[in-house]
Amino acid sequence: MNEILIAFKRAALLIISLDRELLEIILLSLRISLSAIFVATVAGVLTAALLAFRRFPLRGAIVSVLNTFMGLPPVVVGLVLYLILSRSGPLGFLGLLYTPTAMFIAQAVLAYPIVAAMSYSAIRSVRPEIRLAALGLGATGFQASLAVVRDARYGIVSSVMAGLGRVMAEVGAVLIVGGNIAGYTRVMTTTIALEYDKGDFSLALALGIILLLISLCINLVMYLFQRRMTLAD
Amino acid sequence: MQIELKGITKSYGENMALQDCSVIFRKSTFYAILGPNGSGKSTLLRIASLLEPPDRGEVIYRNEKGPLKKDLPLRRRIAIVLPGNTLFNDTVFNNVAYGLRIRGMDRKRVSEKVYNILKKFGLSDKADHNAKALSSGQAQRVSIARALVTEPECLFLDEPTASLDPPNTELIEKIIKETSLRKGITVVMITHNMFQAKRLADRVVFMYEGRIIEEENSEKFFTTPSEELTRRFISGNMVW
Repeated sequence: MNEILIAFKRAALLIISLDRELLEIILLSLRISLSAIFVATVAGVLTAALLAFRRFPLRGAIVSVLNTFMGLPPVVVGLVLYLILSRSGPLGFLGLLYTPTAMFIAQAVLAYPIVAAMSYSAIRSVRPEIRLAALGLGATGFQASLAVVRDARYGIVSSVMAGLGRVMAEVGAVLIVGGNIAGYTRVMTTTIALEYDKGDFSLALALGIILLLISLCINLVMYLFQRRMTLAD
Repeated sequence: MQIELKGITKSYGENMALQDCSVIFRKSTFYAILGPNGSGKSTLLRIASLLEPPDRGEVIYRNEKGPLKKDLPLRRRIAIVLPGNTLFNDTVFNNVAYGLRIRGMDRKRVSEKVYNILKKFGLSDKADHNAKALSSGQAQRVSIARALVTEPECLFLDEPTASLDPPNTELIEKIIKETSLRKGITVVMITHNMFQAKRLADRVVFMYEGRIIEEENSEKFFTTPSEELTRRFISGNMVW
């Protein structure tokens, strides 16, 4: 219990003192996670739309794979990416291992199936008459599909929030492909893991509290955005 | 614009929805399509409005100069109001503006036209409301406003007043009839209400089990129908 109280105190002190090293870690975490979720959103929503509107062989199999990959273990993603990006791997020549780019790739890979599968489900839940109604008003096939995606926007925003939650809390993959290099690839979660290894539980907990606060702030912003959309409607 | 349906056949798996249906919907004429459930009325409407292709047969749109190509510009000269609530999960304004925006109309004109039609439909105060939160009468008015704002030359309506109370039905009938007369629109409307067909339609099409049984002017249809099935249907003696 004492440890937790000390952790809260240290977290407050770290925030108040605006510790430079901590700020850099927070900014790097945000930069990597937000860019990963951005790419995962673009790719995921496009995949979802393609799966929802086009009929092609193996469509059902792809949906099943995406649903399965929603629970992809981060350590496995990290290992696979490590093998691909390591010097002897097929993309080793790019020199991406132990860089923020590798961490960004790992997080995007983890978020993509979540955004794609949940967005697919949201688009599929829109009644088929909505697409017909758009076509009946003179829409092209593409415009009618956009109308359906727009109708599914609340579900899509939820999928993005779920994906963001996943990548913000992720540690296994970024630790393997990032290497937790101080001042370069050290992010919030890997710092927590490191402090735990060093036995500094209160600092690890303090960082955990800050990470939670950041997640809370992002979710709050998303919630307000969703609420604004609802009110505008 | 005149729409000619020639030998239209359509089936969904084992279920034959339409069998060799031929009919001409003439320019500036109000048609009512009557028939029991499952007689193929909605399928015929979707095929006539180019939302669905037939398995066999042809849909020909013609103007004074001849047949028209079945392309996007033609589809943008027609509009269909589907049954039930098919409004987008968006504001009333955005729902009505949809057809204009996809045609690339500028914002100022869109706004002008949308507010004008909402006023006509008694929905001015609902512009910023979510369409999903409307009553069924209001939602149906928005659906029709959304179609009419695009100024179609042909308007297809699938049970536009089903489940509406008499005042809402009267309002919608009045708007459709007035607009069709003023703008010379060809209207094809599915209804289960024979009184409504009598009140509004110039001509009536009667369908039964995927076939067009009779197509006749409204007065003759209800007084001296030429087919036995029609007689039984309008006298309420048809058991199906």
